Amino acid sequence: MSTWLNDNGPLLFLALLDGTVTAFVLALIALGLSLVFGVMRIVNVAHGELFMLGAVLSWFAFDLTNDPLWGFLTALVLAPVIVGSIAIFSDRFILRKISYHPESTIVATIGLLYVIQQLTLMFFGPEVRPVEAPFYFRIQFPWFGYSGYKLLVAGMSALCLSGVWLLMKRSKLGLYMRATQQDIEIAKTFGVPTQKIYASVFALGGGLAALAGVLVVPIRQADHLMGLEPLLLSFIVVIIGGLGSIRGTIVAAFIIGISDGIISVFYEPTLAKMLATLLVAMVLVLKPGGLYGEDQA
Amino acid sequence: MRKNSLNHSLLFQGGILMLLFLLQFILPTYHHSSVSKIMLLASYAIGYNFLLGYTGLMSLGHAMFFSSGMYSMGLGIYYLELSPLNGVIFSASFSLMVSLIFGLFALRTSGVSFLIVTLMFGQTFYLSILYFNEFTFGHDGFSLAKYLGSFVIFGKEYLFSNPDIRYNFALLLLTSYLLITTFILLSPVGRILIAIRENESRTQLLGYNVFYYKLFALVLSGTFSGVAGAMHGLLFSYIGTTFAEIHHSISPLLWTLLGGAGTVIGPLFGTGIMYYLIDFISEITKNYLLVVGIVLILMIIWFPLGIMGSVRRKWLKWLP
Repeated sequence: MSTWLNDNGPLLFLALLDGTVTAFVLALIALGLSLVFGVMRIVNVAHGELFMLGAVLSWFAFDLTNDPLWGFLTALVLAPVIVGSIAIFSDRFILRKISYHPESTIVATIGLLYVIQQLTLMFFGPEVRPVEAPFYFRIQFPWFGYSGYKLLVAGMSALCLSGVWLLMKRSKLGLYMRATQQDIEIAKTFGVPTQKIYASVFALGGGLAALAGVLVVPIRQADHLMGLEPLLLSFIVVIIGGLGSIRGTIVAAFIIGISDGIISVFYEPTLAKMLATLLVAMVLVLKPGGLYGEDQA
Repeated sequence: MRKNSLNHSLLFQGGILMLLFLLQFILPTYHHSSVSKIMLLASYAIGYNFLLGYTGLMSLGHAMFFSSGMYSMGLGIYYLELSPLNGVIFSASFSLMVSLIFGLFALRTSGVSFLIVTLMFGQTFYLSILYFNEFTFGHDGFSLAKYLGSFVIFGKEYLFSNPDIRYNFALLLLTSYLLITTFILLSPVGRILIAIRENESRTQLLGYNVFYYKLFALVLSGTFSGVAGAMHGLLFSYIGTTFAEIHHSISPLLWTLLGGAGTVIGPLFGTGIMYYLIDFISEITKNYLLVVGIVLILMIIWFPLGIMGSVRRKWLKWLP
C-alpha cells in the first residue's frame, strides 16, 4: 500500500485537484438545471446548449477585444445577460404557450437544443476554437506545477454557488421562488407574481450555465457540440442529489466530479462516464427520490 | 363497435399497404430506395409509438433497442457465423432480453424520471459500444456485405442489397408490425394499456397489475425496435454507432409526434414527411437539424395531436 502511494501519490493528488475543479463547475451547471426543475417542475434539455453559448460568446468577446483579460471580463458580464435574455424569450414564447406541461416541455426544449446548436454552427463554424486564459500563473507543487487559473475557476464557482444560496435563503426573490416551489396555487393567492418568478428562475438557470461556460472555456476550448456532455453529467448530478434540492446537487456534483477525476486519471474517460451513468440507474432503483429529494419524482 | 373498428382499420391499412406495394413498380430508383428506408424507419417508429402512444411512457433511449438488435444481428453473423435468418431471430431474442432487463429497472420510475433514466441507459449502451471497440469496431462500424451471401426464392438467386428485396422485406416488416399492433390494441390487453395512459391509478384501483402491462408494452416496443434495427442492418449491410446515438432516440419521437402519437398508422406518415422534408432541406443547407428543431417546437405548441391524431378527432373516429 505504501509503495503504491509513493508511486501514485502525486497522480492521485492531481486527480483530486482536477476532480475538485470539475466538481465546482459541474455544481454550477447542475444548480441551474436543479433550480428550474425545483421551481418550475420542468426539465430543460437545452440547458447544455446554454452552457455552450456561454463558452462560444466568450470566444467572440476574446476575438473582439483581442485581449485575454478584457475579453474574459466582458464575457463574464455579458454572456449570462445575453443567455438569460434568450431564456426569458423562450419562456415567454414557447414554455408559457404549452403551459409548462412536463413532457411537452421536454420535446420543446429538445427542439430548442437543435435550434441553438445549429445557429451556433452557422455563425461560429464547426471548428474547435481555443480561448486564452486571462492570466498565466502556475502554482508549483513538489511534483508538478498546476494552473492557477483552474483554481480561480473553482474559487469563482464556489462564490457563485454561495451567491445563489444566499439569494434563495435571504432575499425576497428567493422567498418567492421557494414559495412557488412549495405550492404554486397558494403562492399565487398570496400575491406572488408566479409568472415573473418562472421567467426569472429560467433566466437564472440559463445565466448560471453560461457563466460556467465562460469559466471553463480557457481550460477546454469552445465548439458547437460541447453542450451534450455537461447536460448528461448534470442530469446525473441532479438525479443523484434529488431533483430540486440545492444541497443534494452540490454534494452529488462532488461525488461525480471527484470520482470522474480519479477514474479518468487511472483508467479511461469513457469508462468513467459509463460508470457514472450506471450509477444513476442504481440510485434511481434504490432511492427514486435521490439522496436529498422530497420523493416527488 | 370494436368489430367495426377492426374492419375499418384493416381496410384502411390494407389500402395504404397495397398502395405501397404497387408504388414499387412505378417509382424511379431514387425514390424507390427512399421509400424502402422510410418503411424500415417507420417500423421503428411504430415500435416506439406502442410505448408512447398507448401506454403514455415517453422514452429517450430507444436507440439502445434499435442498435442492440442491429449489433446482435451483425456481430452474430460476424463472429458466430449465423445465417441471416438466424441472425434476425438471435437479435429478436437479444433485444427482448435487453428490454426486459431495462424495463425491470426503468419502470420503477415514471414521468420525467423515466425520460432521464431511458436517456441515461441509452447513453451507457452507446458508450459501451465505443468502449468495447475491439469487439464492436467502435466509431467506424463495419460492413456485412461480405458475410451475407445470397439466397434463393423460386429458383432465382438474390442479394440482400438488391433494391427489390430491400423494398419488399421492408414492406413485409411494416405490414406485420401494423397488423400486430392493430390486433393487440383492439384486444382487451390493448384497452388496458390505453386505460393506463388515460389514468394509471384508476386502472390500478380496478385491480389490474399496471406494472406487468407496462412491462409488456415496453418489451414489445423494445423488441419491435430491435428487429427493425436488425432488418436495417441486414438490408443496408452496415452496422454503426450513429444508430446508437441520442439523436437516433429523438428521431422516432419526432416522427411519432408529427404523425400522431396513439394512432397506429401515424408514425408511417410522420416518418415519410420528415424524411422527405429533411431530404429537401439538405439540398439547400447542411444544417437540416435546425429545421428539425423548429418543427419540434412549432408542433408541440400548435399541433400537439399530430397529423393522424387531428384526422381522427375530425373525421375518422374509429381510427385505432
